[in-house]
Amino acid sequence: MLDDKDRIFTNLYGFQPWTLEHARKRGDWDETATLMALGQDGIIDVIKASGLRGRGGAGFPTGMKWSFMPKTPNPARPSYLVINADESEPGSCKDREIIRHDPHKLLEGALIAGFAMRASAAYIYIRGEYVREAETLFAAVREAYAAGLIGKNACGSGYDFDIVVHRGAGAYICGEETAMLESLEGKKGQPRLKPPFPAGAGLYGNPTTVNNVESIAVAPTILRRGAPWFAAIGRPKNEGTKLFQISGHVNKPCVVEEAMSVPFRELIETHCGGIRGGWDNLLAVIPGGSSVPLVPADQIIDCPMDFDALKDLKSGLGTAAIIVMDKSTDIVRAIARLSYFYKHESCGQCTPCREGTGWMWRVMERLVEGKAEVHEIDLLLEVTTEIEGHTICALGDAAAWPIQGLIRHFRPELEARIAKRKGFVQVPAGVPEPMAIAAE
Amino acid sequence: MTTGTYNTTLEARAAKPPRAFSDFAWTPENAAEAARIVALYPSGRAASAIMPLLWLAQGQMGAATGSAWLPVPVIEYVAAQIGMPYMRAYEVATFYTMYNLKPVGRYLVQVCGTTPCQLRGSDDVMKACKDFGLVKGGNTADGLFTLAEVECLGACANAPMVQINADNYEDLTYDSMTAVLAALANGETPTPGSQIGRQASCPEGGPTSLLETAGA
Repeated sequence: MLDDKDRIFTNLYGFQPWTLEHARKRGDWDETATLMALGQDGIIDVIKASGLRGRGGAGFPTGMKWSFMPKTPNPARPSYLVINADESEPGSCKDREIIRHDPHKLLEGALIAGFAMRASAAYIYIRGEYVREAETLFAAVREAYAAGLIGKNACGSGYDFDIVVHRGAGAYICGEETAMLESLEGKKGQPRLKPPFPAGAGLYGNPTTVNNVESIAVAPTILRRGAPWFAAIGRPKNEGTKLFQISGHVNKPCVVEEAMSVPFRELIETHCGGIRGGWDNLLAVIPGGSSVPLVPADQIIDCPMDFDALKDLKSGLGTAAIIVMDKSTDIVRAIARLSYFYKHESCGQCTPCREGTGWMWRVMERLVEGKAEVHEIDLLLEVTTEIEGHTICALGDAAAWPIQGLIRHFRPELEARIAKRKGFVQVPAGVPEPMAIAAE
Repeated sequence: MTTGTYNTTLEARAAKPPRAFSDFAWTPENAAEAARIVALYPSGRAASAIMPLLWLAQGQMGAATGSAWLPVPVIEYVAAQIGMPYMRAYEVATFYTMYNLKPVGRYLVQVCGTTPCQLRGSDDVMKACKDFGLVKGGNTADGLFTLAEVECLGACANAPMVQINADNYEDLTYDSMTAVLAALANGETPTPGSQIGRQASCPEGGPTSLLETAGA
């Protein structure tokens, strides 16, 4: 278990006020100009050495991402940092806790990251539904400006840096980085083709880097405590601490900062009071938010929760949004509901996704009740592979993967429902009886 | 304002645009706020302000009429302010779900129905709303409530939850949802946040980490 002294988000639950006065007591904005004196490349080197991988889901090395930005910005094309606070992935609720309880960590990180990538301003794109959280963030930005921490000569460093908070209005797709840039420019949030990548032509056509809230908010602490401290936590290539968000059928759902690579069982036992009904009652887990395939109980129980271990299970860490499902779950309905989510959130730009998400959802709804033929399971699987990889952004992939995970691990359950519907008394061989009961 | 009948979006679009709000104009406070918002973005990039301005206008409609929505003349007014063609603004208003293109009740009850909430009992929450007389996708006759099932609202560790206007009500049950609605119907303001007394997303019963700072 991670020691409290190694936790970065010391006000995660808001037991203390979020305000600047209290944030300073927690160590934020402490001699920020000294950190900036490391120099742009010095900061990037520390972040690279810390092993920090992007916390928004893809796990791309953060320091490397920052290094893609132009070293000598053209004054006519200022560089921008865009911070992705459009947290909309089902299961994810960590950025919300950072923003409403520790906003100054985010703002200080924005200054440091923006300085390191030679950006002139940061735009924080916060999802529209976070109304109260945005109010806190607006107030925190006002505090930081009033205290001279951002704006002209930020923190007395001689560097000018602005932070603008921009609210979304209810579109999951705006969490995709180029859709976010479109939205920031005042358009529909429809993803752009890449290349050009945002580091070449992003917001307003200028060089832009898009980072997740958590990636940015941990940067100041990494600089203060040093890359070796951060890199010593977790497994190699999966270093650092991580905000885990556990929802679903655990006794005590929560958000908690833990060491990367913490075993699933330890995470649940330590912070969530165990699985509802005990470990034998665990059915499956979606370990990284709705977009990653589910993992059955026996594979997840002793798995280290990190990027590489979950990739080996054909799933992913994603945002570390862990959705736990016990044996009372109607697993087909749970995944069908995710299919509805993607149908609802498809931006409509690419045909495979626009048409495919609706098609998949309708088949999934029939599979919930077994109103299908067995060969349609194969057809569904084939259609998911026709959508995956054939769209501009990853929403098509994200819609396909949960269904692929379901068919991979619960095909007997799907077939049993079809058989039951058809009035066959016998369930196919290999289907454990409790599953058939759970289906009712 | 008519809230008695429920138009689907298609019907609403096919109907003649209601010109009832063609005299819409910012209040003095909102005019200043609108100018401040436009100034946040680089010069020549006023289009970036369309989303916050539409939101501001929707809020003003809510304050003025009790129904926070965006009639066509209001969208036109906002678009004109930043020199944006009306159709571009209308695209934005239709793309994002938080802009209401038809009148809503004073309280917009948004029940999260996505899987993490579903696993924790959002069916019960939805049933509580319906049993209270709310109609999914429509307004109550008194104009007080609009009920909608929405996609993940990002409070999954406090599921199931609803958002009512700006506030979240979390860790709900059938009974606590009913109590929240009853309080609103009585003109009271129920306390937002966890309805079982949790501190934010801390584990129920007290923190398992950050013990010192939590004062536990």
